[in-house]
Parts: sequence; C-alpha cells; structure tokens
Amino acid sequence: MWDMATALSLSHLGSLMRGVRSVDEVGADERAASLAKRSIKKSSKLWALDLAIRCMDLTTLEGSDTPGKVAALCAKGIRPKPGDASIPSVAAICIYPARIADAKAHLRGSSVRVASVATAFPSGQSFTSIKIAEAKEAVEAGADEVDMVIDRGAFLSGDHEKVYDEIVAVKEACGPADLKVILETGELGTYDSVRRASILAMAAGADFIKTSTGKVQPAATLPVSLVMMEAIRDFVRETGRPVGFKPAGGIRTSKQAIAYLVVLYETLGADWMTPERFRLGASTLLNDVLMQIEKERTGAYQSGDYFTID
Amino acid sequence: MAIAKRQTTDLSRQTFDYAPAPESIDHIKIEPRYGLFIGGKMVTPHSKKRFPTINPATEQKLAEVVEADEVDVDHAVKAADKAFDSWSRMAPSRRARYIFRISRILQERARELAVVETMDGGKPIKESRDVDIPLAAAHFFYYGGWADKLEWAFPNRKPRPLGVAGQVIPWNFPLLMLAWKIAPALAAGNTVVLKPAETTPLSALLFADICMQAELPPGVVNIVTGGGKTGSLVVTHPAVKKVAFTGSTEVGKLIQRSLAGTGKRLTLELGGKAANIVFDDAPLDQAVEGIVNGIYFNQGHVCCAGSRLLVQESIAEPLLEKLKVRLGTLRLGDPLDKNTDIGAINSKAQLEKIQGLVESGIEEGAEIYQPECKLPERGYWFPPTLFTNVSQSYRIVREEIFGPVLSVLTFRTPAEAVEKANNTPYGLSAGVWTDKGSRILWMAEKMRAGVVWANTFNRFDPTSPFGGYKESGFGREGGRHGLLPYLELV
Repeated sequence: MWDMATALSLSHLGSLMRGVRSVDEVGADERAASLAKRSIKKSSKLWALDLAIRCMDLTTLEGSDTPGKVAALCAKGIRPKPGDASIPSVAAICIYPARIADAKAHLRGSSVRVASVATAFPSGQSFTSIKIAEAKEAVEAGADEVDMVIDRGAFLSGDHEKVYDEIVAVKEACGPADLKVILETGELGTYDSVRRASILAMAAGADFIKTSTGKVQPAATLPVSLVMMEAIRDFVRETGRPVGFKPAGGIRTSKQAIAYLVVLYETLGADWMTPERFRLGASTLLNDVLMQIEKERTGAYQSGDYFTID
Repeated sequence: MAIAKRQTTDLSRQTFDYAPAPESIDHIKIEPRYGLFIGGKMVTPHSKKRFPTINPATEQKLAEVVEADEVDVDHAVKAADKAFDSWSRMAPSRRARYIFRISRILQERARELAVVETMDGGKPIKESRDVDIPLAAAHFFYYGGWADKLEWAFPNRKPRPLGVAGQVIPWNFPLLMLAWKIAPALAAGNTVVLKPAETTPLSALLFADICMQAELPPGVVNIVTGGGKTGSLVVTHPAVKKVAFTGSTEVGKLIQRSLAGTGKRLTLELGGKAANIVFDDAPLDQAVEGIVNGIYFNQGHVCCAGSRLLVQESIAEPLLEKLKVRLGTLRLGDPLDKNTDIGAINSKAQLEKIQGLVESGIEEGAEIYQPECKLPERGYWFPPTLFTNVSQSYRIVREEIFGPVLSVLTFRTPAEAVEKANNTPYGLSAGVWTDKGSRILWMAEKMRAGVVWANTFNRFDPTSPFGGYKESGFGREGGRHGLLPYLELV
C-alpha cells in the first residue's frame, strides 16, 4: 500500500516496484505550473540567488574539455565574481573522470568539491564491471562525489533488479564519496516510471537522485522534479533517511533556478535548502545569477562584459 | 503557515520567506459613489438609500452604492423591455459582434478587473487573475459563437428568445457569475436586468462601463445594485420573463415559491455539499492537491466545493498526514499579494456563519485540525480547517459551510462511498480519485450530482454544462445546454 513498506528488502524488489503509487500527469503538471507562478522579490530573491550559487554543480561535460578549460572553470567556481567576496563559491565542479586530477589540483584549499560522472556516462550502455571500476577509479583519483547514470535499457525492459544491483555495487565502489544517481527522466517516458526509478534508486542507496545527464532532451523539467521530490518525501517518511535532489540540464536562467527552489521549499521544506541536500547542475546559469544579484543590489542591469565568462 | 517573517541580513541564516509581492492598485479608479446602469448609461437613482461596499481584507470602505427601490427596478426592467424589440430582431451575427467585443474588452481590462474583484471580494489575486477573469471572458467568447448558430444548436426547432431576463448573482465569483448569466442570455437574444451581490457590486459596475465602451445598444444590459429586497423586486417584476438565480438554497426556495403560477421560466443554481472521494489506488500527491483545490480554493466560498472528503479507510492515514503537511504550506494573507493562497472571508456575516458551524462541529465531538497560522489583525479571516472523527449526522457534514472547512469521512467499499456521497439533500458536484478508468465511469453513473470530476476538482470550462440535482437547483449553465433556459423552442 504505502510505497516503501518493504523498501530496503532486496528480495522484495518486485513487490516494492509494484507497490509504487501512480502519478497523475495532469495534476503534477498543474501543481508545478502553479508553483512556477510564485513571485519571488527583493530580499527573498537575493537569498534564493545566493543559495543557487552555493548549491550549484558548475559543470563541463564535453569531449573537448582540457586541463586548461577545467582550470578556468575551477577558478570561476571558487570565486564566481572576482573582487566581490560576498559572492559564495559553488558547491562542486562536475566533470568527466579524465579531468578529476586537474580539478583536484585547482580546487585544493577551497570548499568546492569535485564531482565526477561515471558508469559509462551518459548512456550507461556498458559492462557492469567497467561501470563499477570507473566509479572506483574516479573516487581513487579524488572525486568527492560520483554522478552515475542508471541503465535505462534495463529499466525500460523491466529488469529492475539489474538497475538496483548496479546502483548498490556502484555505491559500494564509491566508498566515502557521495553517490548521485541520474535517472535520465527524458528517456523514461512517464511520471510513473520516474517515480518508480526514484524509489528504486533511493532504496538501492543513492545519496542524491538527479534528473538528467544534460545530453538528452527533455532534461530537467519542473514537474519531473516535483515528482522526484514527492518520491523523496515519501521515502524519508518511510525510512527516515534523507536523500538529496539534483535537477540538471537546461537550467540557464535565474528565474528557472528560483522556480526549482520554490518547488523544493514547498515540497521538501527548508531542511532541503542546503548544498548537502540540493544541487543545481548547470553550465551557463552562474553568470545570469550574478547579473541578477547585481541588478537587485544596484537596481540596474550590467553588460555581460562585466562578468567573466569563466 | 508562511506568515511570520524573519528578517535578517545574514543570508546564510535566513529562511526562504517570500517577500511581499503585492499587485499594484495605482491604476485602479473606483468612484466614491455609483449610480445604476439603466438604458445604456449610469443614472441617478430614485432611491435615496445607499450602502457601503468594503474591502473584507482591510475593512475599508471602497465605495457607496445604491439600494435600488421599486421605481429603479421598474425603470431598469422597462429599459430592458424596450431594448428587447430591436435586440432580438437584430441579425444574430451582429449580436455576436457585440458579445465578442465585450469579451475582448474583458481581456484588455483583465488586470483592472482582477484587482477590483480581489479588493471587493477578498479572493487571492492569483485566483481572480488566473481563473475568474479569463473564464468570464471565455464565457462571452463561447456564447458569442452560438449567437448566429442557434438553429443548429437545436435542429428542426425554431429557437426564440424569451424577453427580459432577471438575474441575481452571488458574491463568490462576482464577474464570472455575471458572465455565466449575461453571455447566454444575450446570445439567445434576450435583454437583461442583473443584480450583483450586496457585498461585491464593483466588478458588475465596471462591467457597466465595459458595456458602454462596447457601445452595446442601450437597455440590453441593465445593472441594479442592492440587497435581498432589490433582488426580489427584480425577480417578481411582471415584465420579467425569465429568472436566473445563483445563491443559497434558502433564497432559491423563496424565489421558486414567489414565482409559482406566474409562468416565468426559472433556473436555480444553489448550495452544495460535494463529496470528494479518494480510492486506495489514487495518485496520492495529486489527490492532496485536488482536495486542497476542492475546499480551500476561494476560501471555500464555492457552491461546488469538495467539502466532504470521503477517503478509503486503508489509505486514510497517509493521505491525512500528507494533507496536514500541505495545509501548513498554504499562505494566508493579503489577497493582493501574488503569493497568497487563501484570502479574506467575504463578509463579517459569512465569517460568523463559518465560526458558528465550526463550533458546532467541535461541540458534536469532531476533532479539529488547523495549521499554525497567524491571522491578520484587521479584516475577516478564517484559517484552513480540517475535521476528522466526524459522522454523517454532524451539522458540519450535512450543512453547507461555504468556508475553508473540510470534513473527513472514511469508507470501505465503492458501494459505501456511493451511499455516503449521495446521502445529502444537495447534488451539485462530486470528485472521484482513482487510477481505474472503469471505476470512474461507474462512479459517475452512480453519483447524484450535476458535475463529476475525475482526478481533478473545480475545473470549469464554458463548453461544459454546470448545474445541480436535488436541493442544488435545476437548469444548466454553460455549454449548449446553457442556451436552453433562455430560449423557447417552437
């Protein structure tokens, strides 16, 4: 009846999945749309923008990433606005495993963490042994957090056990590092599947559940995030273990970021408004947030030339 | 409740309180005194009696309006009667043009109308902005389309207008109820004398201005303000051929009695005590939203409000827990603030009625739940309220409260749900929450209610007929059905 009655019992994975409640798509869309209409102004807007930076996973996930590019991104992440100490550092730099060492070197002595994608990102279509090895090596190379992808092929073909087992194995391989599990909601098709995958990932040990890789459209959307947050809320109620949430992909403007914070606030509450439990995965959001902060402070917009590109 | 504000400059310690975001009222012009809209212009009334209309959120006087007397009502009905001749003979496509013009102006002046509606009635601006005004415009658009297609609406019949329609509307959706009444009446070729509610006359008076702006022929729409007495003068005037009333069942019965034997056509849209029924396979989080929308929308001042929650016993506990958490996030306060979910109670009298019924619930032994909630000092307010441990015999379950008060009952089987849901003198609406399509259809068939919503609640559309069973009234408004009360089919 109630979702997580048997949540942590592996042998009952089938009944756990069958017991996951359905989601009404129209209702979820409507609720998300109504929350997006909240009007966040002045002091609360400044607070939200500050939090958006503190919770940001500043990301570059390109084939063309080089040590130089990562160095620049790290500098930007530590000090988003040179000369303005009131602007906080981001939560983490999110990169491919091959760039961990570069990032680690440049972030030393800062509060910014290294997050690495792993497990055959973004498709997850590889051998389980390689996925586990990749996660393990990423942590050994210095990753504080691992962003893994689930095997959507297995999930969609109904092989929940494979997805579950992989998450459990990767979690173990991560050791002390935090594990974020990417559901790639854009490939799951329905909110029912999103909710099911969320419960599955949390039951398997995810520290965070994350919407998307950013490589598939649609990436993060507000209603999908709402559905995942509601799954977290139910999981916490049932197990007492808090799980974080990370929307990623397509979040480019302050307005969007604030909408996510509103949904977070009104769904999971103030306890989740911290980088320990909420992250925003984004590559181009930061400068828009800086621009909006400047506008709130001075009353005027400044040209993009006054914000360093990285 | 997110009312208490903690202001600190240290961003890392502050919580996410939403700073006030009030809709501007600078562009609103409210006259200190209004006349009556008769024969196409605002006229000086015969009646010397005036009464104030106040903002229920601040208790401040907004304007003074006339309590129209017998002479005034007679003038209005005569103006409408005079206009009927040319309006009913006008080429239907030309009539449609006026109706479309009105809907366009409603859209153009939407912001102004929304603010006035919120100031005069106490409803949150997000509702008047996103629901009341757009739906009112949509009704005029919809019925404008029917004006030149009446013969296709009723094939092989000759539809003819009736004459002057006397219409009396309530205070919960002032402009929307005006649209529900006036749009089909005009489309069918009738003329209108409308009396807005005593506590919310301003949007109707603004609508008078819109009629003038649309250059609607004089007398086609007439608006007289006043209380119950004025309303009774409108409906009993001998030249009125058709009466449409939305309001309480008590007044509806009085009207029906007074019209007996007069040959006047009558439609009544009255009270309700709708059941919102949640089955154990329902999508719970969306059901919670639907329950909230069903009873706390417009402070529960909704005749079709889902004021009785019937929940299958096996999921009652998690559902109620979720519902209580959700109630804690509702934001009560300044109706003009764009983030307000629950506004002010429409009037002092209504507040006292709600308080009285809630007290009766406590006395009868129900368990009350209200989220922590600081009410503003001025104005009329009532926190969102939930009653558990209630039984069918309690007054809070039987009587219409018309406030943000929900009674929760449980059931074990679908048959029991049907039995309990129908066990009321009312029958306006019902809600069914289940993942099973066949059960939705089965329930819809069994419900003695004019509207049955499936996995949603309080959803309105001009194309969909709305109206009641039993003591919730008769006749339908909206859709093709909504034309019938304003036509004679020869």
